[in-house]
Amino acid sequence: MATGPGLESLVDQTISVITNDGRNIVGVLKGFDQATNIILDESHERVYSTKEGVQQLVLGLYIIRGDNISVVGEIDDELDSSLDMSKLRAHPLKPVIH
Amino acid sequence: MLFFSYFKELVGKEVTVELKNDLEIRGTLHSVDQYLNIKLENTRVVDQDKYPHMLSVRNCFIRGSVVRYVQLPPDGVDIDILHDATRREARGA
Repeated sequence: MATGPGLESLVDQTISVITNDGRNIVGVLKGFDQATNIILDESHERVYSTKEGVQQLVLGLYIIRGDNISVVGEIDDELDSSLDMSKLRAHPLKPVIH
Repeated sequence: MLFFSYFKELVGKEVTVELKNDLEIRGTLHSVDQYLNIKLENTRVVDQDKYPHMLSVRNCFIRGSVVRYVQLPPDGVDIDILHDATRREARGA
């Protein structure tokens, strides 16, 4: 099969995963497979709310099942450090409805 | 296979992908695979004020299973070729 949009290029990079239940988990990609199952190291969850800035919860080493993954984004470190998370207000993302 | 081949033709074009969580991501189509997973470059979320969750992301991988729509550029669609390909696929050729 032709080479598609694999995640090879993102290994050992910081990525942002949006899950089907609307969570946003940021960590270093350590592994993945055909089903988009993902191993994240040094991960934390970014919790968005309209009442206060973004909360960061430390999660550590995580495996996320592919079924539950919507988007894997490559984090641009420069852009990310220029963001003031304590001032960001937003509704949490809606869950995916299939 | 038809849609896989079709999306491969669109690589390099600007598309908007609407997800099943209502998020709309616009970017340049980088690649597609047999699951219709999509990789976009130079991405931006259509309503960044409402969805600041991807502000520091410029390249992303979207799982095919969460795609609701892909909005295509009008010049990316050649209806005649698509008609022919559809008939060929229907005949099982």
